Amino acid sequence: MRILVTVKYVPDLQSNRSFTDGTVTRTAEDGTMNELDENAVEAALQLVEQHGGEVYALTVGPADAVAAVRKALQLGVHHAIHVTDEAAAGSDVFATAKVLAGAISKVHAEEPLDMVITGMAALDGLTSMLPTALAVELDWSQLSLASSLEVADGKATIVRHLPDAHETVVAPLPAVVSVTDEANKPRYPNFKLIMAARNAPVTTWSLADVGVDAKSVGASASRTTVVDASPRPARQNVTIVTDKGEGGTELAAFLIERGLV
Amino acid sequence: MSSPKIAVLIEHRGGQIAQPSLEALTLARSLGTPVAVWLGSEVLADAANELGLYGATEVRVASIGDDARHPTKAAAAVEAASRDAAVLLVVSTFVNKEIATRLALSTGAGVVVDAAGAEFVDGRIEAFKTVFAATWNVRCRINTGKAIVGVRPNTTLAVALDQEAVAPLVVDVDVTVPETREALTHVEPIEAGEGVPLAEASVVVSGGRGTGGDYTLVREFAELLGGAVGASRDATDEGWISHEHMVGQTGTTVTPALYVACGISGAIHHRGGMQASGTVVAVNLDPDAPIFEICDFGVVGSLFDVLPQAIEKIKEHRGA
Ligand SMILES: Cc1cc2nc3c(=O)[nH]c(=O)nc-3n(C[C@H](O)[C@H](O)[C@H](O)COP(=O)(O)OP(=O)(O)OC[C@H]3O[C@@H](n4cnc5c(N)ncnc54)[C@H](O)[C@@H]3O)c2cc1C
Ligand SMILES: Nc1ncnc2c1ncn2[C@@H]1O[C@H](COP(=O)(O)O)[C@@H](O)[C@H]1O
Repeated sequence: MRILVTVKYVPDLQSNRSFTDGTVTRTAEDGTMNELDENAVEAALQLVEQHGGEVYALTVGPADAVAAVRKALQLGVHHAIHVTDEAAAGSDVFATAKVLAGAISKVHAEEPLDMVITGMAALDGLTSMLPTALAVELDWSQLSLASSLEVADGKATIVRHLPDAHETVVAPLPAVVSVTDEANKPRYPNFKLIMAARNAPVTTWSLADVGVDAKSVGASASRTTVVDASPRPARQNVTIVTDKGEGGTELAAFLIERGLV
Repeated sequence: MSSPKIAVLIEHRGGQIAQPSLEALTLARSLGTPVAVWLGSEVLADAANELGLYGATEVRVASIGDDARHPTKAAAAVEAASRDAAVLLVVSTFVNKEIATRLALSTGAGVVVDAAGAEFVDGRIEAFKTVFAATWNVRCRINTGKAIVGVRPNTTLAVALDQEAVAPLVVDVDVTVPETREALTHVEPIEAGEGVPLAEASVVVSGGRGTGGDYTLVREFAELLGGAVGASRDATDEGWISHEHMVGQTGTTVTPALYVACGISGAIHHRGGMQASGTVVAVNLDPDAPIFEICDFGVVGSLFDVLPQAIEKIKEHRGA
């Protein structure tokens, strides 16, 4: 099987995340591969371990974003691609999908891919819109929120857990599949792979390389614009008490005073 | 200028309308003239009247049956039912995000999901939301003429019209459901739990690893406060409570008026799903637990001591 995994470069969850001029601040120190994309990488690696084949990791982002595909290499993917172009800065989900689709089509044209696997959400925006936009751009089957994924006879089968039902969905390949963090337990990189990843080649493409018109992407083509972003004030008047036998009474008093009971 | 049409995709189960849809209708009233979009089977008179009570002037019914579960088919139906609307509001669920994305691509609309509200500014929709585990407020302008907004439950108070409600016009929408490559081969419904669904509850009492698997007190406290029971991922992973109860960025995002965290450390993944709640209360043995950094009132102590006492005092107060 030939599988491509999309991985996003995002600010580390544990870091102080912020906005600058309407876009997410991304610094080399705090940037990392989106944690939920580890599940996508793991799903791809397990499939090729089972069926044979190779895995590509692809990211679209600024120069530092190469760290995301390096992380994927450490986990064991075979090839890494980084699409980076000044003109793509500030792209919304639809433009990003266009760029990813351009790069995926290029790989697919060399030798057909069976599947693209994405994470369920990028933990910076948590919009979960990209997988759908990508499936539409590529005009491939879409299987979303897979908590399990199996491939047989040119078809992929997933189970997805929705609030009101568990669904089984089947679609022919090639497919865009998004996996949840229930799908698997991501592996840790081993020392050998970490060392190898350091010098592994990363293919770098521009918008022109992937056949995307610079005018159709970037901030000016974006359908939404962040017009204001501000940190939320910390909670005021915080009270922490230590239970010395009256903790429950104090808790009740607080809730009563706030009119919450 | 006549008031713009605001389409609202209604969530319903067993003929019952979900509370977040009434909230969305209330928000729609502040933007223009609400039009309800109903997918699945026919809408019963009671439901139509309830939609009218919250401002829907029309209920557009796309009788596509079980195809409503398929995002691509549902998107086609919503598109057919909302062509003349300037704005489409949907409840911000994972499935609706798929529908919204497909609609955006077929209609050219701009989308903001997980919004806490929206308003018109200079003829364009601006939606507000919190990001980064609710540590930042962001206002997004939708630059396109057509706007789709995914609204989070519990962010607008659902208010019925104060004048006599007029029963809305019920109209059938013709939809050609597209062929799709994906096939839904099995659907195993999850029994609707008792009480309020987690995402919609105005009070959530959650238990984590600190419960040691015993949810008796957490459930009792939730019941007393008329709330829903939540859990951390560790608790659902342990199998102590089912996955639908998980609060967090990959579970359910909740924004109740009151969130009570019992025996939960407050990992960033958990906070991402509850930090925008109104009042946050925590009970935890460890004074250094990160949950205390984001609460309004915290008790350093064991939930097995604190909860029974609190329950007793609240009952006393109510009896008084
Ligand atoms: C990709 C990814 C996604 C994740 N998504 C989520 C998510 O959506 N939601 C989520 O919740 N987690 C999520 N997690 C897991 C998260 O990182 C934490 O591991 C989890 O939230 C911790 O659960 P906990 O607070 O119950 O357990 P712990 O961190 O073990 O905390 C238990 C707490 O209970 C306290 N305690 C013990 N006994 C008592 C007692 N008797 N009385 C009072 N307090 C007591 C302890 O002091 C401790 O602070 C995710 C992790 C990953 C990697
Ligand atoms: N710039 C990007 N480069 C590569 N993959 C991306 C990018 N943005 C989003 N993705 C993928 O899309 C998934 C969902 O992201 P989102 O829709 O932004 O929440 C992520 O888990 C990634 O797999």
